[in-house]
Amino acid sequence: MADLNRRGFLAQSLAVGCSLAASPLVTPVSFAATGGDNRLVVIILRGGLDGLDLLRPPPSDTLMRLRPTLGAQASGLEITGGVQLHPGCAELWPLWEAGELAFVQAVSTPYRHKRSHFDGQDMLEAGTAELGQGRAKEGWLNRMLQHMPGAEMSTAYAIGTDPMLLSRGAAAVETWSPDVDFVLSSQGARLLALTMERDPAMRDAMARALALAGSNGGGGVVQSAGLEDMDALDEMMDAQTAPQGRDARHAHTRVAKFAAERLRDDARVACFSLGGWDTHARQARALRRPLGQLADSLLTLRSGLGAQIWGHTTVLAMTEFGRTVAENGTAGTDHGTGGAMVLAGGALRGARVLGQWPGIEEADLFERRDLMPTDDVRRYAAWAIRESFGLGRDVLENAVFPGLQMGGDLALLR
Amino acid sequence: MGFDPDIAQMRFGYGLSPVVPGPASADEMVAQLRGPDAITQRFGIPTSGAMNPKVRALYLAQRAYKRAERGSKDRHDLRATYRKALKAARVESAGWVRQALLRRIWSEDGLRERLVAFWADHFTAPGQSTFYRYAAASYVETAIRSHVAARFEDMLIAAVTHPQMLQYLDQNRSVGPNSRFAKKRQNGAGLNENLAREVLELHTLGVHGSYTQKDVREFAELLTGLTAGTGQDTRYDSKRIEPGAETVMGHTYGTRRARISDIHAALRDLARHPETARHLAQKIARHFLGDQPDAGLVMELEIRYRETDGDLGAVVEAMLRHEAAWHARAEGGGNFKQPEQFVSSALRALAVPEARFLRMDAKTFDRLILSPLRHMGQPWRRPFGPDGFAEEDAHWLSPQGMGARLQWALATPAAVAADLPDPREFIGAALGAEAPAVVHFAAKAAENRREGIALVLMSPAFQRV
Repeated sequence: MADLNRRGFLAQSLAVGCSLAASPLVTPVSFAATGGDNRLVVIILRGGLDGLDLLRPPPSDTLMRLRPTLGAQASGLEITGGVQLHPGCAELWPLWEAGELAFVQAVSTPYRHKRSHFDGQDMLEAGTAELGQGRAKEGWLNRMLQHMPGAEMSTAYAIGTDPMLLSRGAAAVETWSPDVDFVLSSQGARLLALTMERDPAMRDAMARALALAGSNGGGGVVQSAGLEDMDALDEMMDAQTAPQGRDARHAHTRVAKFAAERLRDDARVACFSLGGWDTHARQARALRRPLGQLADSLLTLRSGLGAQIWGHTTVLAMTEFGRTVAENGTAGTDHGTGGAMVLAGGALRGARVLGQWPGIEEADLFERRDLMPTDDVRRYAAWAIRESFGLGRDVLENAVFPGLQMGGDLALLR
Repeated sequence: MGFDPDIAQMRFGYGLSPVVPGPASADEMVAQLRGPDAITQRFGIPTSGAMNPKVRALYLAQRAYKRAERGSKDRHDLRATYRKALKAARVESAGWVRQALLRRIWSEDGLRERLVAFWADHFTAPGQSTFYRYAAASYVETAIRSHVAARFEDMLIAAVTHPQMLQYLDQNRSVGPNSRFAKKRQNGAGLNENLAREVLELHTLGVHGSYTQKDVREFAELLTGLTAGTGQDTRYDSKRIEPGAETVMGHTYGTRRARISDIHAALRDLARHPETARHLAQKIARHFLGDQPDAGLVMELEIRYRETDGDLGAVVEAMLRHEAAWHARAEGGGNFKQPEQFVSSALRALAVPEARFLRMDAKTFDRLILSPLRHMGQPWRRPFGPDGFAEEDAHWLSPQGMGARLQWALATPAAVAADLPDPREFIGAALGAEAPAVVHFAAKAAENRREGIALVLMSPAFQRV
């Protein structure tokens, strides 16, 4: 047993004994159809993605002057009209070629001037045209659910431990983090059910927790009859309490994987966030990790959903603001205004860069420092919702995104 | 049914302990609460007045770094100094969480610790910048802790005028539209109503209070001048003050030259407002006794609050003297513990040794305590908004919350307790004399100690008080 591999051990014991149905606590999760087949995934990129580094404009004297280190790198991933995609997105190239990836350039929320992450993210998730005084209490994704016929608890998932304003509000949204993981013997599960027998609220929440934990491959209820080495199980459970230590680098893939599993079932909407975009220094290096995580997440969604469901899926990745057009003194960029949005999914009419290019000459810039926003991110989200779930324009312009002018049809989906 | 020693600790403290004795009567609970705050001598957390030198060093290092010229050699060195200070402050502040938890584990006056948590949440002000994040523990120690058995208005003034709150609720951005400050600047300087609104809506009258938008506006104007620079004490800056008198809830303030005492007077008037008495009576009762507290008891607290001009010690005493506070713990009912109460009471039942807790490195502490609290939905003193953490049980009875509690209950006790107790004996330590037969059965039938302990901690008898 000396070189017993813990994960292998777990996998084995699960394979032998994973028997959720054996536990009286685990009742089948009820799956209700919400009508359509379309799926929507929203990813909030926290920290302010540098759109100009994601979508690199063709080399020019101005670009070289403003971005001496960042502007000089070529990726070879030319997407359109001399614009190159950041090399950190190379893994996404097949999506681009398949028409399942698109970008919006020079977009922003209506947030202006102050450039605070806190306020910027609040506005992005609240979906409002103005920053209210005090914190917003409801997110646009939740308001969308309030208007989606047949939406119920299991329709939408907020995934991860990051509290998201985006999904908060009156509509029920299931929250789950794949980092919540445990191994419990089936005997333990039976006894747990017994102690909670007369407490329905606790019993039901516990049953659903066991089902969800068991559904994403890490743990759940195991038949302990086949387990001979309890110490190994103990050791493994120690490891389990370390969501930060254990596979810390892959936390985002677990989130995406879980999202895909839910969306394959009855869920139609999922949201989560990815951090690390606030690249004030050494951006050439700093941006690789978050971009890699975004690419991983999209690819994990695609493989997890399978071709058919991916074909009904739209992913919106959006950030609170873009960054300064000029590099700062530490080879990074500071908080700006106009940024970029990433769209993905098999439902998408992709391989396009949407939006107007404002230029980066000094006169073109917002407050002489930031890329001028030429469109509102909410318009893209609104059209994606309209095309995915059929919500009416009046609902979108008044209830979901109050005060938004949706304008002409963007025809985002196939 | 009256006073019960087990219920006293489970419902009004952080649960039972196999080693620390609990109060023997309601009189003793009141006497403890009114008496000296002894546990702070043993487990110290710095107050804001004596700002911890490491947090202060952090602020100075950050300021020096930000002011240094871009690209200079100086800046490079200052950055290194700043990062070092940041690390030191992080370690230090994690230490304060440990101290707070150790108080809960080892205090004989668990009620005081519960009240500190309750009022810290009522006056939520998690920092929004690096400095204020680390200063938050001192804010609670200074503005909240010393007032939990004293007059509400003193706590209100201490909290609302504290730099931590001024930063959190944007008071530092608020200037009178006709102030000298606003006239000098063309744009960006104006009134911010955030603090005024939250004081009325959350801290005093409550969301159902009879205030209007005009009260909010005038109160915000009255509050202008209150400001604090990062790392500095609150000051009253005459340049930011909106000239003229303001009327809030029918009282007029500042008819002569503006003085900070006008703000204090307004806060005292709000504290003594009957709607504040009602709001706080209801909130206290719900926190300790569940979503639907006995109406007669709530009324009693409200009356006591009004009779004593908001003496919080007297209000708590009224609760402890009321029969309805001692109702038996019914199956399928009872107040569901919030995550930090769940974790704290489990640590107390396990009598986690002080030395073991303090020796734990920062990573382990995060893995065993802080990170699980995040998963359970209650990151340590960082609620989502100024309204604090949700009170209603339904909010906490979520699959994710229950899953995270089970995960913690299975893994952490073995990592923190001196010896993992026999589950059958642990029942007595955790649940007292009245443990349901089904928990005894489950603890005995568990396959191993670890699951046995987890079953006790997860049982409704432990989680509902």
